[in-house]
Order: sequence, then structure tokens, then C-alpha cells
Amino acid sequence: MPSLPDMTTPKVETLGGGTGVEQDPHVSDAALRAPFFDWLCRMGDNTLILSHRLSEWCGHGPALEEDIALANTALDLIGHTQMWLALAGEVEGQGRSADDLAYLRDVMTFRNVQLLELPNGDMARTTMRQFLFDAFHAALLEKLSGSTSLRVAGIAAKALKEVTYHLERSSDLVVRLGDGTEDSHARMQTTLDAFWPYTGEMFLGDDVDAAMAEAGIAPPPQDLRPEWDRVIREVLDEATLAIPERRADVHKGGKTGRHTEHLGYILAEMQFLQRAYPGASW
Amino acid sequence: MKKEWPLWEVFIRGQHGLNHRHVGSLHAPDAEMAINNARDVYTRRKEGVSIWVVPSSEITASKPSDKGPLFDPAEDKVYRHPTFFDIPDDVGHM
Amino acid sequence: MYAQMVKSDGPSDAELSPEERAFQARIDAGEKIEPKEWMPEGYRKTLIRQIGQHAHSEIVGQLPEGNWITRAPTLERKAILLAKVQDEAGHGLYLYSAAETLGVSRDELFEKLHSGKMKYSSIFNYPTLSWADMGAIGWLVDGAAIMNQVPLQRTSYGPYARAMVRICKEESFHQRQGYSIMMKMARGTEAQREMAQDALNRFWYPSLMMFGPSDKDSVHSAQSMAWKIKMNTNDELRQKFVDETVPQAEYLGLTVPDPDLSWNEDRGHYDFTQPDWDEFFEVLRGNGPCNEERLGARVKAWDDGAWFRDGLNAYADKAAARRLAAKTAAE
Repeated sequence: MPSLPDMTTPKVETLGGGTGVEQDPHVSDAALRAPFFDWLCRMGDNTLILSHRLSEWCGHGPALEEDIALANTALDLIGHTQMWLALAGEVEGQGRSADDLAYLRDVMTFRNVQLLELPNGDMARTTMRQFLFDAFHAALLEKLSGSTSLRVAGIAAKALKEVTYHLERSSDLVVRLGDGTEDSHARMQTTLDAFWPYTGEMFLGDDVDAAMAEAGIAPPPQDLRPEWDRVIREVLDEATLAIPERRADVHKGGKTGRHTEHLGYILAEMQFLQRAYPGASW
Repeated sequence: MKKEWPLWEVFIRGQHGLNHRHVGSLHAPDAEMAINNARDVYTRRKEGVSIWVVPSSEITASKPSDKGPLFDPAEDKVYRHPTFFDIPDDVGHM
Repeated sequence: MYAQMVKSDGPSDAELSPEERAFQARIDAGEKIEPKEWMPEGYRKTLIRQIGQHAHSEIVGQLPEGNWITRAPTLERKAILLAKVQDEAGHGLYLYSAAETLGVSRDELFEKLHSGKMKYSSIFNYPTLSWADMGAIGWLVDGAAIMNQVPLQRTSYGPYARAMVRICKEESFHQRQGYSIMMKMARGTEAQREMAQDALNRFWYPSLMMFGPSDKDSVHSAQSMAWKIKMNTNDELRQKFVDETVPQAEYLGLTVPDPDLSWNEDRGHYDFTQPDWDEFFEVLRGNGPCNEERLGARVKAWDDGAWFRDGLNAYADKAAARRLAAKTAAE
């Protein structure tokens, strides 16, 4: 059975004809619409932007096995993006599809955290970024699989299986590269120091998060911090890497549309065809 | 340092409870990574539920030149196969 | 093809030793040759060249399409293209593994690719300029590759044949995804149709070149066919490709860029114009439009990844030493 989107079979969701889809009153709750939409964009934009960065590695990996593994992670995340943004479009109720949201929004309406839009750099940066995010992502999805929104819980449960493996793999690589050669250790420590000030953003809560928490849809992000700290400490310790003694919440704003310069270039590339040939079908 | 990651042979058990089958090989620095790499390389289409990896250097193979002595003797032991025995149809399924 | 103009190191029939004669008899009887079995040195060397070149083509072949992964127009197209290009990496890996059973390491083969001592298919030195090129490559380039790879599933060398079986199984979706892009483009807006036609115009002749120049009189080819590591002549495969592809182009409403293309009732085949073989040899010599970028990208990936591979090796060594020390301490 092919693991990728199958072009000859109709989409599974549509096959269900609506009856298979869980009844979820949150999706049509008008009072919740604005924060729920925003929150779903955060979920979908995180996976969209990270998968985009990972896909840049295809054909350029340090070993064939790693090239293939990076693409697997990217493919998983593209799948998550399709689910989160499709639900976002549904909640918004303006008829926008996942592709519309991915390809036709500008930088200021993107809601991903800044960490994920930073350029790939070397494999130390790619691996460390993945690990720092995976640890957050897994903790979040774990909680979301018990969400009061059955649609959110369903997506989270499916994504969690994949992300559990992502975390296993990135943790393993961080340990190995941290405790590898002097060179690999130095690269990993330098990267960790550089990325640390971006990590705090994942745990900053705002009104959107408060509304989600109140509705029982998602946990307040700050609640994920202890689990993240535990995983990070455990893995970095084994990797012989030192946790930086600097503030973690320096670079932030991605969740509300304030981004680094890098995101604009990602979108320029990603959205080129949709922008250059409006209305065309691909 | 310039050393190639060692070569591993990969065996995968498909979905139907069959034996692990040799599917190919790959490179990895050690056994744990070989398992991860095998998962990423050889189960992209849901080919398996269990993976074994063995260092290629640890495989002992029978000698090709021994093919005759090793395998030909089984050729004339036809009585090991059920079709060797004629059972009348009247007996029913056996 | 993915392995073009592979030189064959075979003896002429008159000089066959008894061992070689027995070896040839096995091949003639349709037996598979397996790794540790006796084989003529020429057979081994020719196979290493051919499988190696094929493997190189798979991984260099990631690059022209990899170009467009980040620009794919929808999430689904992006996933499909990424999965497809990832498959090429997998195919390279399977083929390197097959070559490794012949006593050459993957690193040695990489070194030969990077230093220009080994080649990869000429087709990947052409640029991908529009999204329609993703369609054209899947349809034409993968289509041409499949034509060669399907018969190679019956090749005489066991590990190569088995790699080919796996590759053909995985590749069945590649050509279809390309054609599905072409259908969308050909039936899309005027601009999309133009892109599709332009892609066909640019990739038609390079695709025909993939099969290599006519080899009906080549001794290398004759030897390789006797060894069953080449199953058809280049001309046979090229003709088959043209015969199958022309109706597909007609279905799309696109024009094959060959004014002399016509159905020959007597032969039961299309007559067509040969590609410019001078251009082919220039590309092989390294003077194609993208030779420098393609090889450069591979060398850079390899060099930049050295610390990563070394780091993981160092950890594996340390971990093994720690396990050993723990075991000794426990005893």
C-alpha cells in the first residue's frame, strides 16, 4: 500500500460523506471562531514551515539514509499541515481550503514560531531545531489527543504516532552528535546556544491560548514546559551538551505574525506558482 | 577520520505474520541507527511490522561450490512430499 | 539510459576458458549469478560500472526535480514530488548495495562520481525551468527509464535483478504522477498549456538520448547482452519508447517537436528524427547546461556531511567501548 497521497482514490474524508466525521460542536461555535481559527493556523503553520525547511534537504543530505529519513519527517509534517489547515478553513467558514491558507496568505498572517523558519544551515542546526520542536510538539499532541474537540483529538492522535518517532530519532541524533567528535560536539553546542533564545516562544500563552484552554480544546502552552524541560535536560545531559544560561524568550512574535526576515523568502518561493498564475488548477 | 559506516543486512517481517525476509542492505554507524534507517528506507510503503538488522560481515554463507553436495541429496527424497502417496478419493480429504 | 555507453570487458568467444564457458552456459540456461560465485573479472567490472552509473544517475537525478519541491503549487503536489524524489534516493541506495556485493564500497563509488571518473545519465544535466518540467520528467524520463528497467528485472546478476524488481515496483507511480501533472497543465489555462508544450519541446530529444547512441554494431553491447546484463539494444528500446509515447502526447493535445515524425505502416513503428548526438557527447564530456551545478551539489553535500558521518561513527565507537567496559566490569 503506498504511503503517499494516492491520486486515483478519492480522499478518505470525502468517502465518509460526512457521516464518518465526528460531530464536533466546537467547529461551528461562532463565539470561538476567531481564536480557534488562529490557533489552528499556529498548528498548521508550524508543520508547514518546518516541513518546507526539511524538504530543502532532499538530494543534499549527508548520507543517503539520512536524506531519506529527513524526507519521511517532512512528508509526515506536510500531512499534518493538510489536516490542521483544512480544519482551520472549515472553522473559519469562508470556504478557504488548506492550499488557500498555505499559498495565499502573507507573512503577517502566518502563525508559526520563529524557530522553525530559520534557515537550515548545517545538519547541527537542522537536527537541533528538530529536537527542540519535537519535544514540544510531542508533549502538545499528547495533551491534544484528549481535547474536547473531537476533530482536534483525532488529528492529534494520528500525528502523535509520527511525532513520537520524530522525537525518538532527533533525540538519538542529538545524543550521538553531542557526544561524537570534538567538531560535532562544538557544532551542536553552538547551535543550541544560538537557538535557545527562540525556544521560549513555544510556551508563551496569549488570549488565543486562553480561549482554547477555557474551551478545553488545547492546554495552556506554559503547562507543556515541565515535560519539555524534562526531555530536554535528559537528552542534552546524555549528549554532554550544556543548557545555555540565557533567556529563552528573546525572539518571539511568530505566533502573532511578527516574523524574521526569512519567512518572506520562504513564502516567495513556496507561493510563487499560485501567485504568478492565480486561479489555475495544478 | 575517514571511515565508512558499516554495512547491515535488513530483514523485515511483513504484515501477515510470516518469517522475517531479507529485503536489502544499508549503512549505519551502529545497530540502533541501522534499525532506524531500515525503518526509514525499507518500510516507506508499510512493508513491515518488525525489523532485524545484522552486520553484513557477520553473515556466514554456504559455499556456492558446495551447492551440489548440500542440496542435491534432497532431490530424490520424494517420499517427503504428500503427493508421493496415492490415497483413493473414497477416503476423503487427508 | 541511466547507464549509458557502459564499456564491457569481455573476451571474444574464441578465447573462452573452460570456466568462462561453464559460466556462459549457466547464463544461457537462465540461472542467476550470486555474489560469492565465480565470475569472469570482465563480468564483475562491467557490472560495477553499469550498476554504479545507474546508482549515480538515481541520486544526481534527485536534483533537477528536487529543484521544484519547495515551489510545488499545492500541498498534495509537494508531498507527491517529495516522495518521488525520496524514492530516487532509495533506488540509488538499493543499487549501491547491489554494487557492493561485487566488492566495491559505496564510498569508493562516490569518490569516482565526485572525481568525474564515473558518469551518470546525460538527462540530468538539463535544467528544470517550469513546473511542467516535473510532469515532463515523470512522463518521459521515468517512462524511458522504466522501459530499460523492466527487462533488467531478468538480468543475470541476482542482486541487480532483485534491486530492479524493488525499483520497478516502487517506480510504477512515478510515470503516472508525471503524466497526471501533464494532463492538468495541458488542460489548464493557456499559460499552463504553453508551459506543458515547452517542457515537451525541451525534454523530447534529451529523453531519446537516454537510450544511448545506436549500439547494434558495438562489441561492448554484444558482450553485455551475452551476459544478460543488457537485455535489449538501444535502438529497440528507443523505438519502443517513441511508439508508446507519441499516442500519449496526442492524448494530451501536445505536439512532439519532430516534423518528420510519422507512422510507418510497413514497419509497424513510428519513424522519427534521431537526437543530435554531438550534443549528447558534449553533455557526457561535462559540457551540458547543468553538469557543473549537478556534480557540484553532490560534492558539496558529501563534503558538508563529512563531520556528521564522522560524529556518528565516533559515538558508535565510544558506545561500543562503554558497553565492553561495562561487560568486563560485570564479569
